[in-house]
Amino acid sequence: MTYSGFRVIREALRGDLGWGPAWRDADPKDHYDVVIVGGGGHGLATAHYLASRYGVTNVAVIEKGWIGGGNVGRNTTIIRSNYLLDGNEPFYEMSLKLWEGLEQDINYNAMVSQRGIINLIHSDAQRDAFIRRGNAMILNGADAELLDEAAMRREYPWLNYEDARFPIKGGLAQRRGGTVRHDAVAWGYARAADRRGVDIIQNCEVTGFRTKNGNCLGVDTSRGFIGAGKVGVAVAGNSSRVMALAGMRLPIESHVLQAFVTEGLKPILPGVITFGAGHFYVSQSDKGGLVFGGDIDGYNSYAQRGNLPVVEDVCEGGMAIMPMIGRARLLRMWGGIMDMSMDGSPIIDRTHIDGLYLNAGWCYGGFKATPASGLAFAHLLATNAPHDTAKAYRLNRFETGHMIDEKGMGNQPNLH
Amino acid sequence: MIIDHPLFGPRDASEFVYLGDASLMDRPDWKSETAAQDFHAYAYLRDNPAGPHRELWFHEGGDRSWLVITRDTVTHEITRVELARDVARKQRAPQ
Repeated sequence: MTYSGFRVIREALRGDLGWGPAWRDADPKDHYDVVIVGGGGHGLATAHYLASRYGVTNVAVIEKGWIGGGNVGRNTTIIRSNYLLDGNEPFYEMSLKLWEGLEQDINYNAMVSQRGIINLIHSDAQRDAFIRRGNAMILNGADAELLDEAAMRREYPWLNYEDARFPIKGGLAQRRGGTVRHDAVAWGYARAADRRGVDIIQNCEVTGFRTKNGNCLGVDTSRGFIGAGKVGVAVAGNSSRVMALAGMRLPIESHVLQAFVTEGLKPILPGVITFGAGHFYVSQSDKGGLVFGGDIDGYNSYAQRGNLPVVEDVCEGGMAIMPMIGRARLLRMWGGIMDMSMDGSPIIDRTHIDGLYLNAGWCYGGFKATPASGLAFAHLLATNAPHDTAKAYRLNRFETGHMIDEKGMGNQPNLH
Repeated sequence: MIIDHPLFGPRDASEFVYLGDASLMDRPDWKSETAAQDFHAYAYLRDNPAGPHRELWFHEGGDRSWLVITRDTVTHEITRVELARDVARKQRAPQ
């Protein structure tokens, strides 16, 4: 069934009895051309692009829980392509372009809202750095706009410009950035992939990989063996655990990142704002809640919940730039498990086992990358060669010294 | 999280800074034939277990001691706290 305005009206007049499930809850077959491990945003997007762009439809997405229950349902929904380095920016700009056409592509309202993102500037040195970043973005086909303090005051009159410690001196805006309804991304990709014949298999946990002479033959799961021509793993925070089943140690630590949402408020925050002197980013959801987050907790964790010191740190960041946030009550907070890589950049690559492919290391930037990650991983799975925009995301770059260290922190995952 | 410091007793974890897996105490031998691969594994590859994890914490807001803490990464429960210097001495003691 194709969704459309006409369909909404027709169903409304007929008592909404014509809506079926958006995707089939499939049982595993014996063999697939491609098995994707992980039914999150990246895995489902990979399945969609494999089927729609590369004609590979004999595909299964297997998920240990329910689809969209991991980080794609646990983020702050921001999309942007404001990266500096050559290895990153073309990839994230492709992602933003895919977001722009996503809803037509998958026939699903993902509520892509290009409401703009502004990184605040608090010092002259930071302005210099952001001018450089903006120029790098423009060179790679993205949009960037430098705002002075007067322009900022026109757009966001209520920010804390006079703060003695971190005065706001301007901002770097990306107007095409914004937010997307995160759950709809998982559901939309699942539905689009399912319509092209992809099996989505839930409650199916991988327990091992079967290999012979260095070739991957398939996966052992809690629902039996599933044979596969190729296996792609996209399991975010669980990457180290799953790849350990294939005898691999990854350049990844799993860390917990917390996010927060307040009670619903009247519209006050038209775009996305990020604090430049601490780590704090905030937007307002369509329901009115202020959605915000900050740093990871900073220690290895698989707990999907964090501790109070970081809550305090994030709230201090919020109070520094928008003191009125202190009057809002916090409704919910949650944690997700980030696959923090050693240089802060992702990995989309083959492994030492033929037919086994890895998509991991998204740190806390995986949501915005969902479409490009899916497309690049589908390209790798279908052609065995890296996508043009993902050539730098090699697993062996830590051996060869070709790190993509956007933040210049070295091999210290909790600082990226 | 509360870290039961061997010298000070229970302290809030916010006094401490996290470094990573305690295997970072075991630097490979730079004279070895396989030093390049060994240092790659040492610097970049991690076990990253879900469960008990031995890790290095620095008491920055205290006596600036390094600790080896055994902590469950699924529950955040801390089961053992040792001074890193004691661990290192034990490792280097002749067998």
